[in-house]
Amino acid sequence: MYTQSMDIPDAAEKGPPESASAASELANAFEARIDADGRIEPQDWMPDNYRQTLVRQISQHAHSEIVGMLPEGNWISRAPSLKRKAILIAKVQDEAGHGLYLYSAAETLGTSREQMLEGLHSGRAKYSSIFNYPTLTWADVGVIGWLVDGAAIMNQVPLCRCSYGPYARAMVRVCKEESFHQRQGYEALLVMMKGTDEQRAMVQDATNRYWWKCLAMFGPPAADSPHSALAMRWGIKRISNDELRQKFVDATVPQAKVLGVTLPDPDLKWNEARQHYDYGEIDWQEFWTTVAGNGPCNKERLATRVKAHSDGQWVRDAAMAYARKYRERTITEAV
Amino acid sequence: MNATTLKDWPLWEVFVRSKQGIEHKHCGSLHAADAAQALHMARDVYTRRQEGVSIWVVPSAKITASNPDDKGELFDPASDKIYRHPSFYEIPDEVGHM
Repeated sequence: MYTQSMDIPDAAEKGPPESASAASELANAFEARIDADGRIEPQDWMPDNYRQTLVRQISQHAHSEIVGMLPEGNWISRAPSLKRKAILIAKVQDEAGHGLYLYSAAETLGTSREQMLEGLHSGRAKYSSIFNYPTLTWADVGVIGWLVDGAAIMNQVPLCRCSYGPYARAMVRVCKEESFHQRQGYEALLVMMKGTDEQRAMVQDATNRYWWKCLAMFGPPAADSPHSALAMRWGIKRISNDELRQKFVDATVPQAKVLGVTLPDPDLKWNEARQHYDYGEIDWQEFWTTVAGNGPCNKERLATRVKAHSDGQWVRDAAMAYARKYRERTITEAV
Repeated sequence: MNATTLKDWPLWEVFVRSKQGIEHKHCGSLHAADAAQALHMARDVYTRRQEGVSIWVVPSAKITASNPDDKGELFDPASDKIYRHPSFYEIPDEVGHM
């Protein structure tokens, strides 16, 4: 991910384009490249709105990866076996890595890590609403892998073709690792389904609690999604929320059957004419309540995240102090 | 940028060699206090699945890049020099592979 701190004059140093015609020439070149399905790189001219849309989307995505570690992190110390504990640690570590790839991609657009973290910690920036629900049992960890990561993959695969190069490259890396997340979750559930009645009931209960929230993860239908149209026009988003949601439902129904759980939707049925599964009405009121910060765990998640960051301040300071002393000593010895 | 007054960890670019015989390839960036820490973190972030056998880290600020505004001036002159490619030359079939 190429960065803004490379030795290139930034926009301010270059000054604004000399005339209106120069400005529209830049805009035309940008639009032409988008129309030709070309890629935009950090040092290329881009409309302010394109930059802002990307900063918002990529940083929200990064925040989701970071906050997403919390519900699963709760289960590391309580995983049912050493094998499951090792798998869960690896998965949570991946999420931290995904956050880093994405923060780096956003930084190429001129925002800083500090600014983004401030946005998250102040509650101004959003992250995926799904992480504001509690993980009550071990089955929740499996269901998060199967359904939450499954939904995330549906969303993320088209982003590998995003028009903004650094975001697309970060997503290629994320998607490669994400497949393990879904498979380990589904496999953990398969094992539970071969266990006792109580274990099977746990899997069904977790599925019931997460199903609708996963459908809402794709976001509101295009008509109610404020940023969708422009994001589609600019190749930031390739497939509509509703289309991705449908793909997810169609892929998940057969998986639920193999697993032996019922998806909690009486309206869920195959539509021969559409060649897709029909599904019931999503509770958007609940979705917006959670996005607005009033879901069951919003405050707890944010407080945990802020505490982790402030508790780590001395480590970051110490590393900087050590690096500075080491550098000074090396210079003194050289003289 | 004066490194001694930096409050936040500076940015590093990470290059990974996937196996012996292959070049180091740029794979991403990260923040770290110094080179040793950047190497450690690059190992944790970019080689968790045996993606590499060697890592380079370079302070991002030390990279000098060509200016995108100079793209035409720098790279267009090569576009009409097709005689630099082997396919420019027609060789009789009976010569075989050349």
